[in-house]
Order: sequence, then structure tokens, then C-alpha cells
Amino acid sequence: MELQTTIYIVVGLTFALYIGIAIWARAGSTSEFYVAGSGVNPVVNGMATAADWMSAASFISMAGLIAYMGYGGSLFLMGWTGGYVLLACLLAPYLRKFGKFTVPQFIGDRYYSKAASTIAVVCLLVASITYIIGQMTGVGIAFSRFLGVTNDTGIYIGMAIVFSYAVFGGMKGITYTQVAQYIVLIMAYIIPAIFISLSLTGNPLPQLGLGSNMTESGKPLLVTLNEVIQELGFNEYTTQLPGSKLNMFVYTLSLMIGTAGLPHVIIRFFTVKTVADARSSAGWSLVFIALLYTTAPAVAAMARMNLHTTINPTIVSEPAKVFTADGSILNSERPDWMKRWEVTGLLKWQDKNGDGRIQYYNDASKNEAFNKKAKDAGWKGNELSVNRDIIVMANPEIAMLPNWVIALVAAGGLAAALSTAAGLLMAISSAVSHDLVKNVFKPDISEKGELMTGKIAMGASVVLAGYLGLNPPGFAAGTVALAFGIAASTLFPAIMMGIFSKKMNSAGAMAGMVSGLAVTLFYVFAHKGIFFIKGTGYLELIGGANSFFGITPEAFGAIGAGVNFIVAFAVDKVTKEPPAYIQQMVENVRIPRGSKAVTGDHYH
Amino acid sequence: MSENYDSQAYWRATLSLLTKVLIIWALVSYGAGILFADSLNGIMLAGYPLGFWFAQNGAIYVFIILIFWYGKKMNEIDRKFGVEEE
Repeated sequence: MELQTTIYIVVGLTFALYIGIAIWARAGSTSEFYVAGSGVNPVVNGMATAADWMSAASFISMAGLIAYMGYGGSLFLMGWTGGYVLLACLLAPYLRKFGKFTVPQFIGDRYYSKAASTIAVVCLLVASITYIIGQMTGVGIAFSRFLGVTNDTGIYIGMAIVFSYAVFGGMKGITYTQVAQYIVLIMAYIIPAIFISLSLTGNPLPQLGLGSNMTESGKPLLVTLNEVIQELGFNEYTTQLPGSKLNMFVYTLSLMIGTAGLPHVIIRFFTVKTVADARSSAGWSLVFIALLYTTAPAVAAMARMNLHTTINPTIVSEPAKVFTADGSILNSERPDWMKRWEVTGLLKWQDKNGDGRIQYYNDASKNEAFNKKAKDAGWKGNELSVNRDIIVMANPEIAMLPNWVIALVAAGGLAAALSTAAGLLMAISSAVSHDLVKNVFKPDISEKGELMTGKIAMGASVVLAGYLGLNPPGFAAGTVALAFGIAASTLFPAIMMGIFSKKMNSAGAMAGMVSGLAVTLFYVFAHKGIFFIKGTGYLELIGGANSFFGITPEAFGAIGAGVNFIVAFAVDKVTKEPPAYIQQMVENVRIPRGSKAVTGDHYH
Repeated sequence: MSENYDSQAYWRATLSLLTKVLIIWALVSYGAGILFADSLNGIMLAGYPLGFWFAQNGAIYVFIILIFWYGKKMNEIDRKFGVEEE
């Protein structure tokens, strides 16, 4: 069967499945709409959380980043999983015990202040909306590459699908579609990885294959990969660093804290029945996430290896031959997958030395011996540019796998982007309808009225997300880092102190959130421009790029969190301690006994 | 809610468990995966340099075990102080 037809069939079947679930799981009450009635099994919730969490960035981009960052890419692997340990033992069980619909509601009630809850709503909206832009652009790219429709049409189809189950089903519809989407995306990720691991090492388990001997060289795959890429002037795979060790440390910490503080992840734990379930559900989430995250390093290293052996077929058996006249392939004999990806512009070849062959190497190498060899071979610069997002999407094509595997990867990429978009929409619409409309503007709204408001807010959020996907602001690429920075520097510390410090008062928490946010934005804007407007950066003011101990703006969330904690405790010391009933409430949140169904009632 | 449990002792037990969890959490990721990765890389584990393995696979496995162990221990603490869910 034609590749295109196969893709239509596989993607069409998955979409039919999602819509079928949407019809079955309509929400009839606010409890079903906001928290799926709080009756979700912890294992099922773990699966839904995994799909919610693993976005287009995890599915499409992460392995590509690791393929080029090598060891340095570990910061994503550890950062995006280690946060679940924090979530499981610092936040999720206590927030479930607290038993309310949204994160801002916890902050508003715990700090007995509508202002605190409104600051939390603003932080939540900024973090979630910036995050969703990346998802919608991911949907557009996946559709346009695989379904042969334009980017815009792709986004319209994506909006229609999400609309059908998010608006009518709320959290209930989203939860059960996410379970289906998890199954699609994990199969799409693991099946090609198994094939590739088998062909390179003879070991079907990618996690073990990465440590196995490579069939062709008889040496461990990682050792061979180190040799291959160093032969081409790149840094050693297993040790290369993103900046400094300190930056890697702080970056990892920022991602962990940010993960634990992202509202669309936290609210998933309001859907389980008990506090004990919230604890185990966090563990199950990580099991399902780890299936992909422990496969990603193998996908990364093996795709990198396959790419180099495609361009330089003899690099493993006779490394030195790379520098001879026929060491790299002729462009006219390049494989079909390269031609297909050239159309998208994500792969480009430019014959700099006019020999008709593809030279793919590190032309910015600092190794003098290598530079001399390259010069003697008549190379005039790297000729192939490979967008990192190709690594996962083109992986099955590079490894020459059957068409149905390629179709499955297309469906998986779409599932990853759609499931995360739906989770973010849920966080946005519940904050608007519950924390703004009900809490601030119209406290006497009826349950039916609130459910309708929730659905309208959801519909409006879908339209807004689609609009931002169609007209992505120029800063789209930097925004996911910002979402983590904001979650880490505002929401995480505020929630944690709310549980672990009985005496933390409203003035302290608000001062902490505002200063954490201000410091983080100040540092990010210095690098990327004020509100990401080009040319408004002010690096000279802070003494040059990464001037704070060499820490990059993406890694700054942990510093913002530190500032938040320090300011909060300082202000707390000099202001009045919280009323006795709040301290009693904290005492109450700390123990599981007396946990009830999640509700939307406000204390005041 | 019932007031007949020792809330201070309960919270001490919780925090002590939490401290253990977070120490292991930091040791496998920031310790083995980052700070000591270079020296651990001298050791090969099933074809992996050990520091690299911790950073790309090992830490994640330990995180999973940690969460389930924490959940089990917390349930025991809850029962011991009589504050588990009915």
C-alpha cells in the first residue's frame, strides 16, 4: 500500500477512537467537568498523566536534542522525570487532601486572600498559554508533513478534534482520550526503537541495546559512536556538556521544580479517589513516562549513528577512509527519505566544495589535527544541515522500516501534541471559570451556570490556542522554557510553603511569588528581549550573556525559586502570622484522614 | 476531624522519611548523574560508562522505586498514627 494511504488510515482510525471516547465520556456536572468526578483509578490516571505530560517536545524533539547534545541531553531526561519525585512527596497527596478543583483555589484559600489567588491565576495563565503555543505549532508541523495538508488546515483539524472532547467532556473526556493517546504514542515510539536496536546490536530492548556491542564493530555501541563522531570533529558523545557542569546542575533542577509546579500536571492528581491513590498514581505516571524516557537515549544515539553511517558508509569499518575521495556518498545517490525531508526544508544540502558528495562534519572543531585532515581532504565546510526534530520523525525512514511503522509515528506525534494541548486547555479554562468568574466576579453562580461557563471558557481557550498556533509569535521557540521558569519560580514555592510551613502568611507568599517572577522575567528578558520583542534585550545591563555564574536563561527557574523562598520567609518574619483557623487547616491538609470528594466550595 | 493523634510526632516521621527520599533523589541525579559522572565513567556497566548510564537511564529507574517506596512507607506511618483514610 502507498505510504500516504497507510498514514491516512492509521491517523484516521486513531481520530475515530478519540471522538468515540468523547461521545461516551460527556460531563454532566462541574465535578465531572473539572476533576472527572474524582473516581479515576490510580493506574489509569497515571497513564493519562503520562500522555498529558509528554508533549510534542518529548515525543518529537527530545531524542533529537539528545542526539546532538549527547551526555548534556541528560538534563532533559533527569529534569522531566525527577520532578515527579517532588510531586509525589511534596505536593500531590496534600493537594488531593485539600480537595478543591484548581491550583489557584488552594493558594487563595491557604493564604486567605483573593489577591494571592489572582496572582496564581495570572502565573498559571502565562505558563499554560506559552506552553500551548508550542503544542499547536507541533500539531501543524506533524499534519503538514504527514497528511500533505497545509500547516493552517492541520491546526484547524487539530482544534476540531480537541474541541470535540474537551468542551463536552471536560476532564472526564480528556482523561479517557489521554489514555488512548498514551497507548498510541508509546507504541509509536517503542516499535521503531525495537527494530533499530535489533538491526544495530541484535538486542531487541533499546535500553539494553544502547549498552550492547554494535554488530558491525564488535565493540560497545557507545564506544563506537564516540569514535565515529570524534573522527568527524565532534565532541565525545558520552561526556559533552551544555556550557558548564554548574549550568547543567541548575538547568536540571529548574526542570524538576518546574515540572512539579506546572498546573496542568498537578490537577491530574485531583481526579483520583484518595490521598493514598494520589501517591501511587504519581509512581504509575512515572512508570509510563519512563517507558518513553528510557527509550529516548537509545533512539538518540542510534539515530545519530545511522545518520553518520548513511553519509559515510565506511566510517565504522574503515574510519580513515572518510577523508579519501569516495569517503562520503554522492548527493545523486542519497536515499529517498532525504529527498522527502528536503521538501520540508528541515534538511538542506549545499555543495560547498563542488565535488557532488555530501560532507557532514563539525566545521567549528577546535581539534587542530582534525581541521588539518579536513582541509587536506578538500572539505570546504559542513554541507548538510539537519533540523533536530527530524531525528524521531524520520527515524523509521532512515532505518528503512515498513510503511505502517512510519504511519504509526505520525499518529504518535499527533497524539502527543493533542493530549498535552487538551490538558493545558483544562488548566486554563478551569482557572478562568472557577477562579476568576466564580471566585472573583460572580460568587453566586449556579452549578449549571458554572458548568456552562467552564465549557464556554474551554471553547474560547481552544480558539485562542488555535489562533496562536496559526500566528505563532516570533518568540515561540523560547516560550516553553519560560513556562517552566514561571512554574518553578512562582507556583511551586507557594504551594510547598503552604503545606510545609504553618506560619507562612499571605504577605510572605505574595511577595515571594511576585519577586520570583520578577527576577526570572528580568533575566530571561535581558537575553531574549522585553516580552520577547527583538532588539529590546539589555544584556549590557547585566554584564553580558549568561552573566550569572554562566547560567543560561532557560536554566534560571531554580534561581527564581530560591529568590521566592528567601523573600517569602523574610517578609513572613516581619508581618503578622496567619490566623489560627488557617494553621488548623494546614494541620488538617497534612493527614489523609477525612479526605473527601473534590469540590469547588470556597472557604469565604 | 479527630484530635486524638500526636500531630507533631506524625509530622516528624513524615519529614524524616521525606529527607531520606530527597537525599537518594539528589544522590542518583545530581550526584552520580552530574557531579561524580566523570569519575564514574571510568567504570563500565554492561557497555555503558556508569556516570552516563545514571544520567540517561539509572536515575529514572531509581526515581520510580523511590516514589513507590515513599507511598508504601507513608501508608505505614498513616496507619501507625491512626490517620489513614477510612
